[in-house]
Amino acid sequence: MTTPNVVLHVADVHKRFGGLHALADIDLQVEEGQTHAIIGPNGAGKSTLLNVIIGKLAPSSGQVVFDGAILTGRKPYEINQLGIARVFQTPEIFADLSVLHNVMIPALAKRDGAFKLNLLRSLDSETGIRQEAEDMLEDVGMHSRREMAAGSLSRGDKRRMELAMCLIQHPRLLLLDEPTAGMSRHDTNTTIELLKKIKSRGMTKVIIEHDMHVVFSLADKISVLAQGRIIADGTPDQVRGNPKVQEAYLGGAH
Amino acid sequence: MTVMSRNDLLLFLGFTVVVLAMPIWLHPFGAAYPDLLQRFMIYGIFAVGFNILFGLTGYLSFGHAAFFGVGSYAAVWSFKLLSLDAIPAMIFAIVISGLFALIIGYVSLRRSGIYFSILTLAFAQMSYNLAYSVLTPITNGETGLQLTLNDPRYLDRAMFEAAPGQPVPTLLGQSLGGFAGFYFCAGFLILAFFIAQRITSSPFGMMLKGIKSNQTRMNYTGFNTKPYTLAAFVISGMYAGLAGALLAVTDPLAGAERMQWTASGEVVLMTILGGAGTLVGPVIGAWLIKYFENIFSAINENILHRFFDFLPDGVDNVLVAISSKFVGEGWFLTLGLVFVLIVVFLPGGIMEGVRRIAHLFDRSRRSPTKPGKATPHPQPAE
Ligand SMILES: Nc1ncnc2c1ncn2[C@@H]1O[C@H](COP(=O)(O)OP(=O)(O)OP(=O)(O)O)[C@@H](O)[C@H]1O
Ligand SMILES: [Mg+2]
Repeated sequence: MTTPNVVLHVADVHKRFGGLHALADIDLQVEEGQTHAIIGPNGAGKSTLLNVIIGKLAPSSGQVVFDGAILTGRKPYEINQLGIARVFQTPEIFADLSVLHNVMIPALAKRDGAFKLNLLRSLDSETGIRQEAEDMLEDVGMHSRREMAAGSLSRGDKRRMELAMCLIQHPRLLLLDEPTAGMSRHDTNTTIELLKKIKSRGMTKVIIEHDMHVVFSLADKISVLAQGRIIADGTPDQVRGNPKVQEAYLGGAH
Repeated sequence: MTVMSRNDLLLFLGFTVVVLAMPIWLHPFGAAYPDLLQRFMIYGIFAVGFNILFGLTGYLSFGHAAFFGVGSYAAVWSFKLLSLDAIPAMIFAIVISGLFALIIGYVSLRRSGIYFSILTLAFAQMSYNLAYSVLTPITNGETGLQLTLNDPRYLDRAMFEAAPGQPVPTLLGQSLGGFAGFYFCAGFLILAFFIAQRITSSPFGMMLKGIKSNQTRMNYTGFNTKPYTLAAFVISGMYAGLAGALLAVTDPLAGAERMQWTASGEVVLMTILGGAGTLVGPVIGAWLIKYFENIFSAINENILHRFFDFLPDGVDNVLVAISSKFVGEGWFLTLGLVFVLIVVFLPGGIMEGVRRIAHLFDRSRRSPTKPGKATPHPQPAE
């Protein structure tokens, strides 16, 4: 059933934590260049799904295929080197290092690969990488904070920086776990604009988001997850009109 | 290769001057004699290397004395088998301790945190016991490995007649006793510092800091962190081997006690006392510990009695009884106490203390000109 331009295929994935069936029979196809949103109530299994994709968790059964390569069983660093980057729900950053270095490290990973004994060069002589990182920080509007320790940034800025850390690698697939949580309305809008901009460059994205404003302004496709199952998917309009979704999610607390 | 940044260059030059001038500025402290100065250099190298693993990567090894000991044994064997010249001994020691670190590191780095520490400790204690008993043909067990008149020294004998008398290590035929020995060791400390400086400011060094800060992020960023930590482990093992070899150059007798856990713990203390992760901190920590060890372990009850003589009888006996527990053999008690104080009140070590004081001066100098500037500076990254 795989159409030719499906870049990510999560095939019949199950994930159990003891008695908890966190993911049940997930089948998800993401097409090249599209933004695919995953929505659903708390504890639905959204983050678990991303964890399975990037190799943090092994699925109990099923597999994940990215552009013809089976991801299941590979190490997280190998999966990243294939072109997949992720923004986490709680930012994973280098808190003790400067913002600039936080962004230079992923750029070096992209250029030098998984390991390089690069100890005779000086970091100061990496002017190309440095310039790339500064430009990236300019894009996300954080250039003025580049010398600050990343750990002392506000919550919203940490997320923006983490986004910059992913974008500088020009990943083919970007996974975003609630990228605007904890941001002000203004910062949220800036982030939406930024994400729209990279969409025009053809990057494929999977985005988890509670904010329906963000979802409906970005997504080409939406899958609705509840209690570990996909209960609906389709275009934003199809999903909006689906009564099952109304009941499970949209009509509830939101 | 690129030139160093201005700050790095100044630090390096400053460090070099301080080290080379030690016989002068340590004179008032009564510490300007070769034997002690050599130990300052040797343990400085040990700590600088240890810091590459612990300070940059965050992996706390409790077994680095094993590599120090292996370096000593390898150097003495080089003196016995090859030549009394120090250079082949150093090279041999660095290679052997590097290989040894590769094996122990490969296994230990399968775990992190406390399990890593325990594994390194276990390996070091195994090495100590092997050296002490099982491997007696190589290590000469309890007596320690020594030079003798009958050593083969194939390289030396192939080139010239063996000199009569007790064999001692040399450098290109020159004796390495006294201050010559100190400057020989000082040269290596300066070189060791320079290399550590380069590593710290290289992309590789930044990866190590990234691993310390957030290993998970490193993995999801596309780095295979294992070879990075292993490289750091081997480099620091080679530093330890170099230090051990230098100790054998200045005193050609290698004993198993150099590998004991107390010796492994000592380099941890030096690094933390000075400031883990900083360049000069570990060296300062090593110097202070060796300096005070030298003083405290020389004090005995007689000296204490004379010291407290001015007090009434009874009182002075009590004070002597208490303080004698902290000197001589009890030096480790003092060391432990100082260590606890540092970790509790100054977890960043002496270098953090220096930074705090500099910060205070900075503020008091600035406050008259800019009163009411209440907003704290954005905290700069290291
Ligand atoms: N490593 C784990 N071990 C055990 N249970 C887990 C683990 N990770 C997640 N779970 C459980 O699996 C379920 C799904 O969690 P998940 O984090 O995927 O939800 P989510 O949809 O991301 O929710 P939220 O919107 O709150 O982020 C929850 O019940 C959670 O407690
Ligand atoms: Mg989640």
